This record gives sequence, structure tokens and C-alpha cells, in this order.
Amino acid sequence: MTGLPLIPFLILFPFCVGATLFCIQNMEVRKVIAYVSSSLIILADFILLFAWLAMGARPVTMYFETAFVDRVMLAAELGLMVLVVFLCFKYRKYWISLLSIIPTCMILWIELYVPKAEGGGKIYLDHLSILMCLIVGIIGGLIIVYGAGYMDGYHQHRSDVPDRRRYFFMLLFFFLGAMFGFVLSESLLWIDFFWECTSICSFLLIGYTREPEAINNSFRALWMNLFGGLCLAIGIWQFVTHTGSVSLHELIAVGVAGRAVAVIPVVLIAVAALTKSAQLPFSTWLIGAMVAPTPSSALLHSATMVKAGIYILFRLAPAMQGTLTGMMISLIGGFTFIITSIMAIAQSDGKKVLAFSTISNLGLMVACAGMGRMETIWAGVFLMIFHAISKSLLFQDVGATENSLHSRDIEDMHGLLYILPKLAIFMFIGIAGMFLAPFGMLIAKWSAFKASVDSGNVMMVFFIAFGSATTSLYWTKWMGKLISQSHIREKKFEDITKRNEMISLSIHAALMILLCLLFPLLSRVYVNPLLTEMFGAAHDVLPQSVLYVLVLIIIIVLAVPVISYNYVKNYRTNRKLSYMNGINEGDNRFFIDSFGDPKRLWLSNYYFPGRIGQRKLMVPGQLFAMTILIVMMIMIIGGVVA
Amino acid sequence: MNMMMRVAAYIVLAPIVGGLLQGIDRKISARMQRRVGPPLLQPFYDVIKLLKKQAITVSTSQTFFLLTYLIMMVLTGAMFYGGTDILMCFFVMSTAATFLYFASVVTSSPYATIGSNRELIQMMTYEPAVLLACVGFYLVEGTFNVEEIAISDKLDLALMPGFFIAFVFILTIKMRKSPFDLSTSHHMHQEIVKGITTEMGAQNLALFQISEWYENVFLMGVVGLYVVNSSPLSVIAALILIAAVYFLEILIDNTSARMKWESMLKITWIVTLLSAGVNLLALMLIHI
Amino acid sequence: MANVKRSPWLLHYDGSSCNGCDIEVLACLTPVYDAERFGVMNTGDPMQADILLVTGGINSQNASVVRQLYDQMPRPKVVVAVGVCACTGGIFKDCYNILGGADKVVPVDIYVPGCAARPQSIIDGIVQAVELFQKRSDEHDALVQSGKGM
Repeated sequence: MTGLPLIPFLILFPFCVGATLFCIQNMEVRKVIAYVSSSLIILADFILLFAWLAMGARPVTMYFETAFVDRVMLAAELGLMVLVVFLCFKYRKYWISLLSIIPTCMILWIELYVPKAEGGGKIYLDHLSILMCLIVGIIGGLIIVYGAGYMDGYHQHRSDVPDRRRYFFMLLFFFLGAMFGFVLSESLLWIDFFWECTSICSFLLIGYTREPEAINNSFRALWMNLFGGLCLAIGIWQFVTHTGSVSLHELIAVGVAGRAVAVIPVVLIAVAALTKSAQLPFSTWLIGAMVAPTPSSALLHSATMVKAGIYILFRLAPAMQGTLTGMMISLIGGFTFIITSIMAIAQSDGKKVLAFSTISNLGLMVACAGMGRMETIWAGVFLMIFHAISKSLLFQDVGATENSLHSRDIEDMHGLLYILPKLAIFMFIGIAGMFLAPFGMLIAKWSAFKASVDSGNVMMVFFIAFGSATTSLYWTKWMGKLISQSHIREKKFEDITKRNEMISLSIHAALMILLCLLFPLLSRVYVNPLLTEMFGAAHDVLPQSVLYVLVLIIIIVLAVPVISYNYVKNYRTNRKLSYMNGINEGDNRFFIDSFGDPKRLWLSNYYFPGRIGQRKLMVPGQLFAMTILIVMMIMIIGGVVA
Repeated sequence: MNMMMRVAAYIVLAPIVGGLLQGIDRKISARMQRRVGPPLLQPFYDVIKLLKKQAITVSTSQTFFLLTYLIMMVLTGAMFYGGTDILMCFFVMSTAATFLYFASVVTSSPYATIGSNRELIQMMTYEPAVLLACVGFYLVEGTFNVEEIAISDKLDLALMPGFFIAFVFILTIKMRKSPFDLSTSHHMHQEIVKGITTEMGAQNLALFQISEWYENVFLMGVVGLYVVNSSPLSVIAALILIAAVYFLEILIDNTSARMKWESMLKITWIVTLLSAGVNLLALMLIHI
Repeated sequence: MANVKRSPWLLHYDGSSCNGCDIEVLACLTPVYDAERFGVMNTGDPMQADILLVTGGINSQNASVVRQLYDQMPRPKVVVAVGVCACTGGIFKDCYNILGGADKVVPVDIYVPGCAARPQSIIDGIVQAVELFQKRSDEHDALVQSGKGM
């Protein structure tokens, strides 16, 4: 197989569109181009899927002769380095530039001076990379559609921020292009290049507003991700100098075979993936990324960036199974899962809750990858799919709510169902998808649970048992806020959500419900073949009969409220005031205080920031994770060297 | 066919059994306090009266949520007695509990909101023990399927005493018994007015009450599952165990004062970690 | 016609009083008198109550409170005024802030005199209230069945 023209299209097209968008002044034209190109990307995704299915749905390696492209990439990598160094000096963060210079020089050296086996394929197509393409393309494309409407509202409500929308959309498209490149690449050098691209794109996106906080946070994201890039580069350098190969699958094969040469590259690449996936101790950059406008955080959290780390870990999973590296990764993932889900309880800022829950869910996926068994990857893949959709939906929805409500605090969403009904319903669906039985995430969590019991991983069993309890607490209390009767009825909020935002939200919600219903099918038709490619054999972790029962329960769970609603609709009842010791003033919103004056009732959820907040737990968590990381790295690397 | 019979029996009999259990509970509690106590059928009189009263509500959607809660609770029990996956039963139960939470917060009433916030903490407190109990069954029997667990030859209790202790411990929370009746309390106790049920009057309270009966019968079934096996005698043993556990809960209820939620969370998680955790480790060692 | 008199749940409100009757009401629920024998339950929640027990007089501050609690109770419901203060205002009758007995704000059905009312008489009052509760419940049923009430 020499090539499929769709692949260069998928990678290059977003870059071209991004560059074009940057040059166009007219906003309407820009929007049209953004819509058309997002649709084209999604379309190309599907064509790729079907073309590949038509080819027999087998893993394919292609693009063997790419000397010219390699040179271009090298030049681009140098360009990126110059950009980073320039920005680091501009903002006086001199030391960060080293994290860019060193890996770039290493890659340069590998490219130019290290003898390599020539003619390896550069692009690899299989179930996993196609799945990633679909996630990146569909979710990413929809986020851009949403972003086109969102940014209007954003600049309306944040008039203090300079309008750099051209630049913003350019970066979004670049990001998609880089992600496509990343998940499709087979050559480790290509992977490294696209890796650096995503790091820098996310850095620029986080710093969009150019406020001091944004700049600070963006540099934090930059150094953490560049540190990951450094690990990756060292890993690649180790592998290339020892074997002369730059193929990812070569690396995995060597790793599965248990040869010592693969140990150090695998562990370094896995650590790099931890930084991308914002695991402890590298979690803070993702929380800081919240300062950026919503479309970029939605993109970072759901479809791109953090999923890049998960993707590479899934790739490495067979090589990590049963090794010390796998143990380290699963330990850090499981620990991150529980500790960040506890921290999420203490957050009342909607976006922060989402950020913590992203880290927490990623922790679970990382742990699944670290255990490296067929069953855990099955669970991990489903976690990834459902998480991408739900999270993207939730982020977009919180963003749209913020534009209309001028706040993203969960406490201010009290009674959102009566203020902004559409957005509240979407939010409800998104949250239900995140944790409520029997929707997707829960099923995936369940299978992760079962798989960790099967693999005898006691630590993970505890992490999941306690972590899922804490997870449901913060989601449930958020849901409760949405449906409570409103305290504020006198103030009217206008729903300024644009139509394109609504389109994106509706597609997400529909997609999520559909995927929940198609769960067994998805498992049999797509995920099992994916695992067969990876492990040579696959079966459902939860038997198909259980899956069908689950679908039946989903239908019941969806139907019961409808039936009881219809039953209750015609139910005659008498409205009473709520109980406030008889001093309720009129309509449940006021009571009479001790001076005899009406006082507004204000209800709040429990948060306990003093006890389990970010300030309290983040540093100990980071220290603990760092200790695990350092001690186990010493053990692993020392074990190989000695 | 057999399964259908069991499910039907559960749906029809559970409220009767649950009501009777509650009647016995109140009677025994009264005797422990040297009172005569209400008649055995008192819970039924109460529910009938509640159903007869004028329909009132603070928020019209409350009835809707409570009805959903009831149906989910029935579904949970039906799935359990029908012999499906035990983990799935508990997942549906937690969804049911979520609907109860919704039924309460939807009113935006101060007492109900405090009660429901505490209910959430209770849910968080008992969930690990519940999940670990399921893992215990899985490790001992090699399956999550209730029917297969029930007809196997093993005596589960002998291999999983730690899980059983943790489960009985959280049963106090689930059955809303003192010292853990934080979110709402039964009749003779009172906490933050009526906590999560504060705004439920008349029919709504009746719905809540009936759901609770279904829930108790389900939970007692799980207790029984610890001893039920292929031998027919085990059913009698299960009934004795259920009676003993129920009596223990009543005793705890009548001899302890309510705790703060922090203490509840700490103690329960420690008990869960220690008893279920040690048991889990031991089982894993045997397993591997 | 359901038998509702086996399950009368009380809501107890103490107005302007010396708290004597208040304590006597609670005494009824102790093991000595054990009002739960008759299914009597002391609930703090008007939504769940059938019988409103008022002790103490009504003053200008609690008038609206008693009214609201009464309104929150679902029909059928009965009001019992326990103690002389709740019946007429009692010893506080001529105070500047006292409006009078409970019947100034809610329709009282049963008056239990005494200062303080003895538990025996309170239980007697409750038993009479229960009969009335049954009667009202039957009337309520008839209304519901004829489709007029709810």
C-alpha cells in the first residue's frame, strides 16, 4: 500500500484552513469557511473509515518514501523552537526555552546523524487510530462550529479582552491537524513533531486573553508539556541508538517480547503521556487551562490533547502489561482518579469541576492502560469514547450558560431549568452520561472494576470502589442544583445561545444517547476487533447478554420518567408553601427574619473547600505521585542499566 | 418461568413483607423502651391514611420524581430476585437514590435541602462497601449473577465475613437507623424536621414509604444471599440470619445517639477498609 | 371509607405560654402514657400532620405562624387547643401583645382545659379529635368520590 490521499488531506487541510482563516478579515466569510471545513473534516473522517473498511479493515502501514516531508517537518520543528524561545524570552521565562531547545536538538541529531533503518512506513492505520480520528474529527469539528457562535457571545460579555478571533480559529484548526498527524503517525519522529505541535497550540490557546493569569497558566502548561516532550525525545533517542528503528510498532513489538532495550523508551514515553493526560503530579496545567475561552478548553479536555496521552498509552499497553512500568502507570492513574475526584467535590466553579473530573476520568483510563490487559483496554476505550462526548457536551454547555448567565458558578445555576431550560436539559444529559447508571461511563467503569478484580489488582479495586463514590457525589449535587426551584424569579436571563452552538449541543446529546443504546453493537463490531489487533484475541468483558440487559434497562430508565411524567401531568394536587417554621413569606423565596423583615432564602450545596479543597490536597497528592514516579523510575531504569 | 414467578412474588409481596417488618420493628422498639407500642399493622394504617388525604405538594414535579424512585426501586428488587447481575442491581439502586435526592431538592426548601445534602454524603459513604460486597461474591463464586450465587454449593458467609460486617454496617445507613439517620429519621426520632422527606406530605410520603419497604426487602435479600446455597436448609438459615441482622439494627437504633456526618463517613470508611479490605486481600491471595 | 383514625399524626405548636402544657404534651408520648398505642405520632412537619395541637396563647408575632402551619396541613385536619391559654389566652389574656386563644387565627375543634392540662385530659382530647378526624375523612372521601373535592 503506497498511500491514501485522504491522509495527507486530513493532516494538511486543517493547517491550510487555519492559515486561510488567519488571512481573512471578514467575519462572516470566516464563519462560512469554518463551517464548511469542519463539515469537510468530519466527512473526510467517515470516508477514511469506509475506505479503510473497504480495504478489509486490516492494519495498514503506508507512506514509505518521505524524505522531502521529513525535511519540511524538521524545518517546522526548528521554527517551533524559535517561536517558543522567542516567547520565553519575551515573557522572561528563560529556563523554559531549554525544554524546547534540548529535545529539538536531539531530534535534529537523530534525524541527521544517527543511522536508521530506511524505508519504514510513516503512517499506520488500524482500529485505534481510526477511532481516534473519528473522535478528533467529529468532536473537534463540532467544537469549532460551536466556537464560531460562542466567540461572538464571549467578546460581547468580555469586552476587556482584545478580539483576536482570527488567531483563535487558526489555532483550533492547527490543533486538529496536529492531532490527526499524531494519531496516524507510525514514525516516532513524526509523533514527536506532532506532539510538540499540540503542546505549543495548547500553550497559545491558553494564553489567548493575554491577561497575567492566562500568561502564567499558559507557561505552566508549556513547561509541563515540553517536559513531556523532552521525555519523549529521550525515549526516542534511546530506542533509535539501540535498534536503529523509529517505528512505534517496532517498539511495541520489542516491548512485548520483553527485551531490555524497550524498557527505557517505553517508560519515558509513558511518563510523557502522563504529562499530556495531566496526571498527578502534572495536573495543574489542565486546571490552569480554564482561563481560555470555552471552545479551547472543550477541545483540550475532550477530543484532543489529553486524549493524545491516553492514545499513546493504549498503544504501549501490551508492552506495559505486567511490567514495573505498567504498575507505575496504573498506580499513578488510580491515585489520580480518586484524589482528583475528591478535590472536585470542593469546587463550585462549573468549569473547575469539569477540569477535575477530566483529570479523574483520565486517571481511570491511564490506570486501565497501565494494567495493560485486554479487559482493561476494553473498558478504557469505552471510557475514552463516552468521556469525549460527555465532556465536550458539558464544556460547551457550561460555556453557553456562562455567556447567558454571566457566571459559571454551580451555585448560580440554582434553578437553571427554569431560567435557561434548553441548556439545563443538555447539561442534565451530559452529567447523566458521566456517572448515572446505566449510561456509558458507568458501564465502562463497571468493566474496569471487573477487569481489575480479574487481574488481581487490589489497589485498583479500592481506587475504583471509593473513587466512584466520590465521583457520584459531585455530579449528583450539580444535577440537583439545576432542577431546584429558582430563588430568582424577578430577574430575567436571556438565552443568547446561538443557533450553531445549539446544533453542536444537540448533535452531542443525540450522539451520546445513541452510543449508549448501541453499546453492545459498538463493542462487537468495533472495539473487539480493535483489541484483537492489539492482543491477538478479544472477548466482551461484560457478556453480551449483560450488555443487552443493560440496553433494556437504559430504555426503562428513559421510559420510566416519561411514563410517570404523563401520569403525574393530570394529577390534581394542591400547592403548599414549603416548610420554614411557619415564617415563610409568600412564595418560598423569602422568610421573615428576627427583625420582622423579609429575607431572601439562599440555599447552597456542601463543598468543604477547607478540608478537601485543591489547596489542601493538591500539593500532598503531587508529592505522593512524584515520589511514586521517581522511585519507580529509578527502579525501572536502574534495573535495566544494572 | 421460575424467574417470572419470583419477580411477580417480589412485586406483590415485598410491600406486605416490608410493612410487616416495619411493624415488628416498631413493636420491638417500643418493647425495648418498655412501652406497649403500636399494633403490628400500624405501618399499613399509616400508609392507607396518607393515601386517603388531600393531595398536596410543594413542587408538582416532586410526585414525578418519587414515582420514578419507586419504580426504580421495584426494578432493583425485581432484578435481584429475578437473579440477574448483583452489581447491576446496586447500580440501579443508586440511580433510584438519585431520584429520591431530586424529589427532595426540587422543592428548594431549606430543611429538605439539608436533608438531601446529607443523603448524598450517606450515598457516598455506603457505596464502597456495597461495591466491595459485590466483589466479594465475585471472588468467592466467580460470578456476579445472583442466581448462580444462590444455587452454588459454597457457604459465602464463611469465606467473606469481613464483607458481611461492612455490609451490615452500611445497612444501618441504608435503613436510616440511628446513629446514621442523618438525612431523615424514623418516627420516634426527629432530625432537621424530617430531613429529606420534609416537603413530602400525604400521597408523596406514602410513595416514599412504600419504596422504603421495597428497598428493605431487597436489602434483606442481599443479607440472605450470604448464606443461601444449593442446600434447602440454607433458606431457613438465611431467614434466621435476616432476623438476627434486623434485630441487631433495631438494637443499634435504640441504643445509640445520632452522629455527625464526619464521624459517620470516617467510621464507615475505616470499617469498610479494614473488614472488607482485609477480607478482599485474603480472597485475592486464595484466588491467585 | 378507610379507617384513618388508627393513624393520627400530631403537629405540636407552642405559642405564648409558660411551657407547662408543652411539657405535658410530650409527657403523653413517654412510656408511661404511650400514645403510640393508638398510632399517635408526634411529627414536626405540618405536611405530614393530621391534628394540630396548639398550646399557649396567640400573640401578634405568632398569629401568622400558626395560620401558616395550619394552611400547610393537608385536609382533613383537626385543631386541638390544649390548656387554658390556648383556649382563651388564659393568664396572659390581658397582656398588650396577646390576641387571645388559638381560635383567633385557626378554627379550633376541641378545647382541652387545664393549667397545665393533664396528660390524661390531653389524651382524651386527642381521642375526641381522632373521632372527628375520622368523620372529616369520611366526608372528604365522599367529596372526592363525587368528584367535587380533592
